[in-house]
Amino acid sequence: MIVVLSSSRASEFLDVIREAVVESLRRAVIHLPPDVRDALRKAYENEDSGSARAQLKAILDNIELAEKLGKPICQDTGLILFFVRVGYSFPGLPVIEKAFIEGVREATEEIPLRPNTVNPFTGKNPGDNTGRYVPFIHWELVEGDDLEFTVVPKGGGSEAVAVLKMPPPGKGVNGVKEAVVDAVLEAGAKPCPPTVVGVGVGGGADIATILAKKAACLRKIGTRNPDPEIAGLEEELYNAINELGIGAMGLGGRYTVLAVHIDYAHRHPATYPVAIVFQCWALRRATAIIKSDGTYSVYQ
Amino acid sequence: MPTYYLETPVSEADVRKLRVGDIVYVSGIMVTARDAAHRRIMEYVREGRELPVDLRGGVLYHCGPVVRRSGGGWEVVAAGPTTSTRMELYEADVIRELGVRIVVGKGGMGKRTMEACREYGAVYTIFTGGAAVLASNAIKRVVKVEWLDLGIPEALWVFEVENFGPLLVSIDTYGRNLTAEVIETARKKREEVFRKLGLT
Repeated sequence: MIVVLSSSRASEFLDVIREAVVESLRRAVIHLPPDVRDALRKAYENEDSGSARAQLKAILDNIELAEKLGKPICQDTGLILFFVRVGYSFPGLPVIEKAFIEGVREATEEIPLRPNTVNPFTGKNPGDNTGRYVPFIHWELVEGDDLEFTVVPKGGGSEAVAVLKMPPPGKGVNGVKEAVVDAVLEAGAKPCPPTVVGVGVGGGADIATILAKKAACLRKIGTRNPDPEIAGLEEELYNAINELGIGAMGLGGRYTVLAVHIDYAHRHPATYPVAIVFQCWALRRATAIIKSDGTYSVYQ
Repeated sequence: MPTYYLETPVSEADVRKLRVGDIVYVSGIMVTARDAAHRRIMEYVREGRELPVDLRGGVLYHCGPVVRRSGGGWEVVAAGPTTSTRMELYEADVIRELGVRIVVGKGGMGKRTMEACREYGAVYTIFTGGAAVLASNAIKRVVKVEWLDLGIPEALWVFEVENFGPLLVSIDTYGRNLTAEVIETARKKREEVFRKLGLT
């Protein structure tokens, strides 16, 4: 009896979650979050280089126009990622994955999004932004009965320059600094600077990379790492990178990065993984909270 | 910054006037091509097959647009540039074989493209990456689409554009390559930056 009741309740959530997915994707691809806009505006105001200023001006104009016309900011509407925090007692638990997939299909058609999922071996594109393991869902189980998810349409240009390094542990923090600066030099103009650089340290190859991605895509610009030493390293690297002068779109200028965000996990004594993930200026994300009563809200 | 308004087909003489840092607005016909389309273009050329588009004096755009069907045709929703470096493999050959005069993209291109630009009279220009709505606003209509079997982003989209820009000349016909120069300068600062970070 209880099983039947809970699964029928679960199916009611299918529509709610799907709707929340479409709405949060629409918000994400059309409206940039306030922290990102502020950072871009500040960069524009403080830039001295003429060609970089022209690029930043085009970026700000584009953000405004996208909002006015209700069109995606960038044609690369990304590979869709979900970062989920779901309560153990959330009644829609069994249908979340299904709702995400259906929501992505619907959003692709309605908004529209560019169909971006390609089979790496056959080259086939199903045309609806789904496929094997995509949209990818990062799960986190927490106390409570709500579902919270952040959707990140992650652009390919900035993803293509991500780096995983395994410097000798003996180098310590210096290995991190070197890897980050060299990754930025190697990336050059390719990831649509000014970027946010996410750095994940320790854990292992997988853990460092996911920490780097979360640091780049989820953490708000303007926040500092709660650990003062790491916050200091973030600032040090931010200044060092911007001294390289790569600038907006790699045309030379003061703002190569808008922020450097670092996170870490404890490491194995034999390894010192350093992952670096780039997020282009079009840092798109939106979060939805779905309550156990079936109501939801979307914010950025 | 000197600004030029050019119409397709673009003459070699007009392209040879352009210098790194100049601004260009293009009107006329613009054809998109990404990796897969570049690869197929060169296959066609090798096999002596006729291409479905004429790019003599043309503008080639590194772009995979967001489009939607409207009426009997297509509407361009968003159409900013994609990273050009992936096309470095093919671009010199495409410029030589097809007579392209203006390549539009972002992220910069390499030495082979720069040499082809100098030899055959072409420029590589940068449109602000991600500025997809600014771009689609300058696209007046979709003339046609070819090679849709490659998928929407990879197909050849033929756009009619009006004052598409601002495009910043990044490779000119004089052997200059702006993004390569910026990166070269950044690389020279590497040691100094490392010293400040307490390395070396």
